[in-house]
Amino acid sequence: MAPDLRQNTPVARALRARLLPLLAALFIAMSCLAQEPPYFVTYSDYMEEPGNLDMTLKGVNGTPKYGNPFLSQTLELEYGAKGWWTTEVYLAGQHTSDDSTIFTGWRWENRFRPLSGEHFINPVFYVEYENVSLADKSLLEITGHDSVSDLLLTNAQGRSKTERSLETKLILSSKARGWDISENFIAEKDLNESDPWEFGYSLGVSRPLAMAARGKACVVCPENFSAGAELYGGLGTIDGFGLRATSHYFGPTIQFRVPRGPSITFSPNFGLNANSVGVLYRFDVSYEVEQIFHHWGEK
Amino acid sequence: MSRQGGCCAIVLGVAITCAAAEASWIEKVPQGDQERANPYAKQTAAIAAGSRLFANNCAQCHGSDALGRGKRPSLRTPEVQQATDGEVFWLLKNGNRRHGMPSWNSLPEPSRWQIVAYVKSLGESIPSSPACATREKQR
Repeated sequence: MAPDLRQNTPVARALRARLLPLLAALFIAMSCLAQEPPYFVTYSDYMEEPGNLDMTLKGVNGTPKYGNPFLSQTLELEYGAKGWWTTEVYLAGQHTSDDSTIFTGWRWENRFRPLSGEHFINPVFYVEYENVSLADKSLLEITGHDSVSDLLLTNAQGRSKTERSLETKLILSSKARGWDISENFIAEKDLNESDPWEFGYSLGVSRPLAMAARGKACVVCPENFSAGAELYGGLGTIDGFGLRATSHYFGPTIQFRVPRGPSITFSPNFGLNANSVGVLYRFDVSYEVEQIFHHWGEK
Repeated sequence: MSRQGGCCAIVLGVAITCAAAEASWIEKVPQGDQERANPYAKQTAAIAAGSRLFANNCAQCHGSDALGRGKRPSLRTPEVQQATDGEVFWLLKNGNRRHGMPSWNSLPEPSRWQIVAYVKSLGESIPSSPACATREKQR
C-alpha cells in the first residue's frame, strides 16, 4: 500500500524531502515548445515528437456537494516512441481536506496514428491499462455513470478497492484555418468485474491567438497563447446508453507557452447537471525534454 | 563474403536507403502543393520570425544550424534547398512519420510558411550525416 505522505514515518519524510528536488531537477533539463492543444480531457491527433519526453503535472481541484474539497495531482510522462506511436505513464495521487493524501494508482497509455499524412479527419487509436483505486479523483475522463457521489468516499474506503480496466478511445481530429477540432469516443471495461462496457465522450476546439509569429522575441504576446473550450461527459453503459445519470462538464481553456520553457494551461470546468461537481478548476504545467536519449548518449 | 565486401554492402545499403528516404517524400507532393508560393518568401521580418519558430520547434532534431543532428537529416542539402517552397511546406504539414518526421500541422499555416522562409534563407551547406556525406561523395 502507498505511504501516507502526511505521516511522520521515515518513508514519508524521505519522499517529502526528495520528491521536490527530483521534480526540480527534471524541470531544469532542456526543453522545447510543445504544440499540444489546451485540452485536459480531449485528445487531438498530436503525437509526441520521436525521442522527446513530455512531463506534465495535471491538477484538478473541486468541492463536491456534501463532500470535502480535494486536489488531485497526476504526473504524466509522455514519450514519442515513433512518429506514429506515443506512449505515456500516469502516476496519480490526491489530497482530500480533513482526510489524507494518498497515491491512487497508475495508467499506461498508448496512442497509434494509423494514417500517414494529414487528412480532413485524422484518426488516432488509443489503448490504456488502468490500475487505480476508487479513491482516484484525477477525472481524466468521465465514463459510464460516473457521478459526483463517487467523490464522496473517504480515502480509506476508496483505496481499499483497486479497479483494473482497459480503456480505448477513438480520437478524431481536424484542422481548419488555425482551429483544432477534436472529438473522442471512449469505451472502458473493468477487467476484474463483470461490469458492462462504459462509454464517454469529449469534444474540444481551440486556436492560437495569433497565426503568425513576430519577428522580435517576445514572451507575453498572442502567438504564445491558445484558447478554446472543452465539453465532456459520460454516455452510460452498454445496458443503459445515454446522457442521463452521469456527469457532464463544459469550460473555456487557455494555454500560455513560455518560449523555450513550460506551457501552462488553466480551465474552469462547469458541471452541467446535478450529477456533476459545481466547478472543477483544472491546471497543468507541461515541460518537454527534447531528444532525451540523445542527451544521455552525449554525456 | 569478405569483411571489406560486407562493409561496402552496408555503406551501399545505407546510401541507397538514404537516397530513397530523401526522394520518397518529395515524390509524394501533389502538383498543386509543389507550386504553392510562400507569402513570406524573402521577407526579413518573416525570416526572423521563422528563425525563432525553428529554434523552438525544429532545432531539437535538425540542430540550431539546420545541419542535422545524429540520425536527423540536414535541411541544408541540395534536396531540401532546391525543393520548392510548396514542397517544403507540404512536408511540414504532412510529416514523414515512417522516418521520424512529425506533422507540424498543429502550427498555424502562416507560422509554417515563416519556417519555410527561414530554412530556404539558410542556403546549401555540407551535410553532417556521415552516411549521407558518403552518398554525396559518390555523386
